[in-house]
Amino acid sequence: MMELYLKTSNNASAVKIADIPVVEYTELYNDLKERMTDENYHVAHYFATEIENGLKLYLILLNDATGEVLLSSVIPDYYTEGLASLTAIHPQFHPFEREMWELYGIPFDGHPWLKPLRFSYDRRDKQSTMDSYPFYQMEGEELHEVNVGPIHAGIIEPGAFRFICNGEQVLHLEIALGYQHRGVESEMVKTDNRLRQTLIAESIAGDSAVAHTTAYAELTERLAGYVADKDLQRERFVALELERIAMHIADTGALATDIAFQLYQVACEALRTVTINTTQAWCGNRFGKSMIRPLGTNHPLTESKIDTIRKNISDVCRRYNEVRCDALEAQTLLARFEQCGLVPREEMWRIGGVGMAARSSGLLRDIRKTHPWGYYADVVKHEPVTKSDGDVMSRLSTRMDEVLQSAIYIDEALADYKPSKKITSPDYNAKFLPEALSFSLVEGWRGEICHVALTDKEGRLAKYKIKDPSLHNWLALAIAVRSEGISDFPINNKSFNLSYCGHDL
Amino acid sequence: MLFGKVKILRSHGWQYIPNLDGVTLTEEFRGFPLLSITDDKSDVERAAAICPTQAITVSPLTLDMGKCLFCGECAKCAPKNIKFTNEHRLAATRREDLVVMAGQTKPCFNRDVVRPEISKYFGKALQLREVSAGGDASIEMELGATGNVNFDFGRYGVGFTASPRHADGLVLTGPISKNMAEALDICYNSIAEPKILVVCGSEAISGGLYADSPAVDRSFLEKYHVDLWLPGAPTHPLCFIDGITKLRAKKR
Repeated sequence: MMELYLKTSNNASAVKIADIPVVEYTELYNDLKERMTDENYHVAHYFATEIENGLKLYLILLNDATGEVLLSSVIPDYYTEGLASLTAIHPQFHPFEREMWELYGIPFDGHPWLKPLRFSYDRRDKQSTMDSYPFYQMEGEELHEVNVGPIHAGIIEPGAFRFICNGEQVLHLEIALGYQHRGVESEMVKTDNRLRQTLIAESIAGDSAVAHTTAYAELTERLAGYVADKDLQRERFVALELERIAMHIADTGALATDIAFQLYQVACEALRTVTINTTQAWCGNRFGKSMIRPLGTNHPLTESKIDTIRKNISDVCRRYNEVRCDALEAQTLLARFEQCGLVPREEMWRIGGVGMAARSSGLLRDIRKTHPWGYYADVVKHEPVTKSDGDVMSRLSTRMDEVLQSAIYIDEALADYKPSKKITSPDYNAKFLPEALSFSLVEGWRGEICHVALTDKEGRLAKYKIKDPSLHNWLALAIAVRSEGISDFPINNKSFNLSYCGHDL
Repeated sequence: MLFGKVKILRSHGWQYIPNLDGVTLTEEFRGFPLLSITDDKSDVERAAAICPTQAITVSPLTLDMGKCLFCGECAKCAPKNIKFTNEHRLAATRREDLVVMAGQTKPCFNRDVVRPEISKYFGKALQLREVSAGGDASIEMELGATGNVNFDFGRYGVGFTASPRHADGLVLTGPISKNMAEALDICYNSIAEPKILVVCGSEAISGGLYADSPAVDRSFLEKYHVDLWLPGAPTHPLCFIDGITKLRAKKR
């Protein structure tokens, strides 16, 4: 029997498309049916692309135990017969199959939930519009529906939430997204201007600008056969952990806001300001835009910047720890957060949850540990923070522990660091490997980010696919609020803080 | 229990910025650009070619802050011609005033075109409805920050409100995704007259990276009068505060 997969890793260079096995769909289906019952495996990306006379499906599978990345592809003949849906057995495939169905009309037989994913402009069925999203309905005299959005009460991005409630109790929440769809993936391949591509990566999700741009930079460097200098890897590591600290603090404050705990709210607002102003003092932008560039950087650290970062982060860490210690004993906070919004580990695994939300349910999904790259592979031996309860409090305490952990990482990375001036300026013209597939996996503060690119004969980007962790985790939010009071929706939402634009692209 | 809270308060100290107009941002911040003409145009030509949003024209030398994402790459290509200062007060009342000319030393805020009823009705209190239509969350967070413990714009009676029925104006962010265009229009029309329209961020002003994307529909901006343009990627909270403050000020 021929090999179903090409095995590679998150540290290897790009692979030739010709080296990726092209297999029969039924073979792949039968293998995945079994393989995915082992929870060491999860799907990182699964997408279709146009080829001459049809479509080709690419699958990227991660083995968390060995760190291997498995690549496979299928040229399906779905015109004659539909493809059996994997979602029916392994729900973690649902967004990927829905996307392929929405874009190309691939009928996945037995998919329990074949609904539009984001109403992208190039969807196959133009009759299906934002307004006609087929929400589930439930009949019953006692029941009512609550629609929230697309515009929400606060200053946040748009998305539509439809609750089916029995009195105050939520029976079901369905989330319809797509309002933020900007055509990111197609804009990415429309241009050969790599600076423009880099800025598009920065705009995928503005609160994860560093993480997404790191994914773009890593991906392109693997296509260019460039290995980032150790110092550059170290600086990217610091930037990524700074972003994690800033957003975890922001969300701690947001959770406090939603239970009207003003002391923690204002303390976290001030601490986040210090953190993002530190990023601004480094690269000129509070969100780390312009920080990460392919094959180099425009903002190498200097001794004075290193001092500023270390001083500010140690101060933030000390003050945040005061909030943390107090919050862990605050009854009014615990009464709202404990045993609220439960996502059991089993459920999190089934739907393919990733990142800090998965770790809060006891499911170890952390690219820094399982598929380390750059500085994480060479220097830091990352030990992920995990919690077991899977409630709002677990998601808060995962964040709180990660802030302290990241602060220690940053301090250790900078303590004996002397900038060597070896770091080069960015290069936007490096030659890419032609007819290759390159991917990168980066653990942003939300979780696993995966970028995949295919190049054409000239080495130009022909296809660019982006996966934000939100693509997996929106379903976790829907599950979390089941059977909770509808008034607990805001704290559940904040405890995940998922990206709309990262999902809608 | 109480001891812990006192500790937090002591570490927190006083956080508000007493004079919001007196802040100078870090030297690294890229705000208002200064343009200088040189005989050799090759550097500027390279800068214009690499600019991800075609914000630069070579002859005459101009830089459109409404398109600029302040990545700073042009200043690296053409350091003799383009220099970003840390001036964050970038607000303009007309779209064309965002186009910076060579030799221009400060941003152009034209008071003459501000409608007189704005200071009359909104001089003391102004409640805004924000609508994100493809915004990438960074700009939404910056607008949220204008009311936080540091900037505390609420002390001047400016805040954000949930219902458009309670709002005196709309703040638009994002390049206006097609899927959000209708909701945006409905929201704007739900706000009672008189009202203001603020366009916040370079992506909203020009479409930014998504100006030519088929997933974007910018017809909203052709239909309605814009009172304030605020560039940035994202717009800094102090740029927003400065712009709104100037817009509401009584004409002298």
